[in-house]
This record gives sequence, structure tokens and C-alpha cells, in this order.
Amino acid sequence: MNYFGWLFDAANWTDQGGVFQRLLQHIGYTALTMAIAMVLAVPLGAWIGHTGRGGFLVVGLANGLRALPTLGLLVLLVGAIGIGLIGPLIALVILAVPPILAGTYAGVRNVDSAVVDAARGMGMRGRDVLFRVELPNALPLVVGGIRSSTLQVISTATIAAYVALGGLGRFIVDGLAIRDFPEMIGGSILVAALAIAADLLLAALQKTLVSPGLQTVPSRGRRLRAVPDPRPASQAA
Amino acid sequence: MTWVLANLEMIWGLTVEHIVFALVPVVLGIVLAVPLGWLANRTGFGRTFTINLAGLLYTVPSLALFVILPPLLGTQILDPINVIVALTVYTVALLVRTVADALSAVPPVVVNAATAMGYRPVRRFVAVELPLSVPVVVAGVRVAAVSSISLVTVGSVIGFGGLGKMFTDGFQRDIPQEIIAGIVLVLLMALVVDGALVVLGRLLTPWSRTVTTARSPA
Repeated sequence: MNYFGWLFDAANWTDQGGVFQRLLQHIGYTALTMAIAMVLAVPLGAWIGHTGRGGFLVVGLANGLRALPTLGLLVLLVGAIGIGLIGPLIALVILAVPPILAGTYAGVRNVDSAVVDAARGMGMRGRDVLFRVELPNALPLVVGGIRSSTLQVISTATIAAYVALGGLGRFIVDGLAIRDFPEMIGGSILVAALAIAADLLLAALQKTLVSPGLQTVPSRGRRLRAVPDPRPASQAA
Repeated sequence: MTWVLANLEMIWGLTVEHIVFALVPVVLGIVLAVPLGWLANRTGFGRTFTINLAGLLYTVPSLALFVILPPLLGTQILDPINVIVALTVYTVALLVRTVADALSAVPPVVVNAATAMGYRPVRRFVAVELPLSVPVVVAGVRVAAVSSISLVTVGSVIGFGGLGKMFTDGFQRDIPQEIIAGIVLVLLMALVVDGALVVLGRLLTPWSRTVTTARSPA
């Protein structure tokens, strides 16, 4: 069987419900979800990191999310709310928030306390410290959280085709329904390409956004605490 | 609850199927990731290459990977082997990096001492470096196992078995209890396996317990 014939047939790209339309839908769902999730998670994560209140909740939430089956969440919400955009969108936002929250929290929390003290010593107040010192220093981890969240959303939006959402997942679900395997494979390749492209784009964004002064210390923040470490605890960052 | 009690036998069957689908890839993944991580840790180029490739593979969404594998492997498109291979790929992608990091975190003093005592590279790796890497590797395996348990359910979108069937079936026949029971079972399984891995990690590293208790809180 010619597995790749479907992908290279121009008609499958431009038709109603073709690749271009599905791709735009997929990007649209992802962008909408990410916008909502960032508005919710970045301020909350920054506040939790700044005040230090409720940090254990954030970490627990992000860890627990890994175990939550995305398909289960999707069918549960769509079953309760009905077919349409709202049900899947709520599920996508629920899955998108914890990685951003955890990234922002960890980023703000891990800013060197000497830097924060210096900012206070210079006369900065709480808000200035947060916006001009903690958040810029936290950016690598914030964007890291956004990156993994985006991948999660692109991946789950694909699965959401099962609950009648549009996007590239349609090719996999519809292809299966009529046993059109080249269509399924073509759709899958497109999904994989979209995920990789989005990840590379965000990696590039991470490089541009993050202050050059922060990029010279790549191994900081890597904590391998579990290994017995002969150095005094204060040095084992 | 009544739905669960009336269908215990089916739920048990799906649970067993789910555990096999989820954990076989984790075991295979560990077996493959240890030598690959060792190789990655030995050369700078190997490290960059392996870690970038692993990152790339980890990026591919699961549903897409389940479908892309058959033409690459020459398997049938709905063969359960595709799920096993796909989840093994994720486990390896995640663990190669963890193993490489864990090995590079073994204090050079210890490695040098082992060399001075006459350990040859292979034996030194098995008897010294690998055991000292266990805590970090176990942390990685916990993430891999929990993700794997959750990802098996995605396969039911294209007809694979396991607890994900309770989602597709519950959705099609409109039985919310079935969906909720499925979610709870997946979460429980993840919790139990995660706990078991923590215990296993402690058993494998009897020396780390004394170290952690002796250390003052950081």
C-alpha cells in the first residue's frame, strides 16, 4: 500500500476540510487555549512564587497532571457539556495551566535570594522586585513551562477529534472510520510536524526573550539532590 | 457505583491489559536507555546528538506516533505492538537524558577511587557508577511510568485496549460512571506504581538512607 499518497495529493490540502483548513483550526485551538491558560497561570504562578504561599500545591498539581488521562477528561467534559468548542476547550485549558503555573512558580522561587536582596537594598518595592527582577530572571523557566504546555495542548487537541472537534486529529479519526490508512498516516505526520515546529519556534523565542546575562549559566537550576553529595549543603544547589 | 459493581469482571480484564501495555514499555525502555545514556555521557557530540534526538521524539504527540509507526516498522496499523513500541520510544527518550545526567553527577573522586582499586571500565560502570545513579534514574522512571500509564488510554481512540476503553465506551453509550471509574482507576494505578517505584529505589540504595538522615535540612 502506498502509505504516503494521501499526503502528497494536492486536492487533500485545499478542499473543504482539507489540510490547510484543519491546520488553521488546530493552530487556532492551541493559540486560544494557550492565551487563556497564560492569562490564568502566569500571574498566579508569579504571585505564589513571590509570596511563597501554596507552592506545594503547584508542584503537586503539576505532578498529578501527568497521571490524568487526557482522553478521560475530554469525554467526561464533552459528555457533560455537549459537543462543541466549549467542552474540549475547558479540558485543554485544565491541561495547559499546571505546566505554566509550575514553571512560573519555580522560576520566581528560584531567583537567587542575593539578587532579590540587592534589589530591595536598592530601594525597590514588592511590585518592582517582582516585575523588574524576579520575572525577568524567571523567564527561562516560564517559557519552558509554556513550551511543555503547548506540546500538551497540540497533542490533546489531536485526541479531541474523537469528541468531534476539528483540527488535524480529524484525519486520524475520520481515516480510521473508513479504514483509509494513508489519510491517518498523513494526518499523523502533519500533527508531528506541527508539534516539532511549535517546539522549535518556542525554543527560538526562549533564546530571544531571555536576557543574555542569564544564558551563560546553563547548568544552574539542575538539581540532582538524590545523589550523595560530599559538598556542604549550601553549595549543592 | 452500581455500574462498577455490575461490571467488575470486565473492569478487571481491562486493568490487567492496561498494566501490561503500560509497564512492558517502561521495562524495555530502561534496558535500552542505560547503555544509550552511558554512551551519551562519554562524548560531547554523543550527548548533544542523543539528547536532541530524544527531545525531538518526545515532542511527537502519542496518537500521531501510534499511527506513524506501522509504515516504519512494517506492522499492521492496529497491531498492539505499535503501542508498546511507541511508549518504549517515549520512555527511552525521557530516560536517556536522565541516565546521562545521573552518570555525570557521580562524583569523579568515587570513579577515580574505583579505577585506582583496579576496576575496569565495564565492571566499574556496573558496580560503582550505575548503583550511585539509581536515585536519579528512579526519579526519571517514576515520570516515565506514570506518563506511560496515562498514555495507554490514548490508544483506545484508534481501538486499542486497556482502561481507555472505558472512556470510549462510556462516551458512546453515555455512561458517565464508566468514564469516572476509568479516570479513578488510571490515577490509582499511577499512584500505586509510583509508590512501588519509590520503595524499589530505597531498597536498591540502602546507603542513601543514612546519608539523607545524617544531613541537616538544607
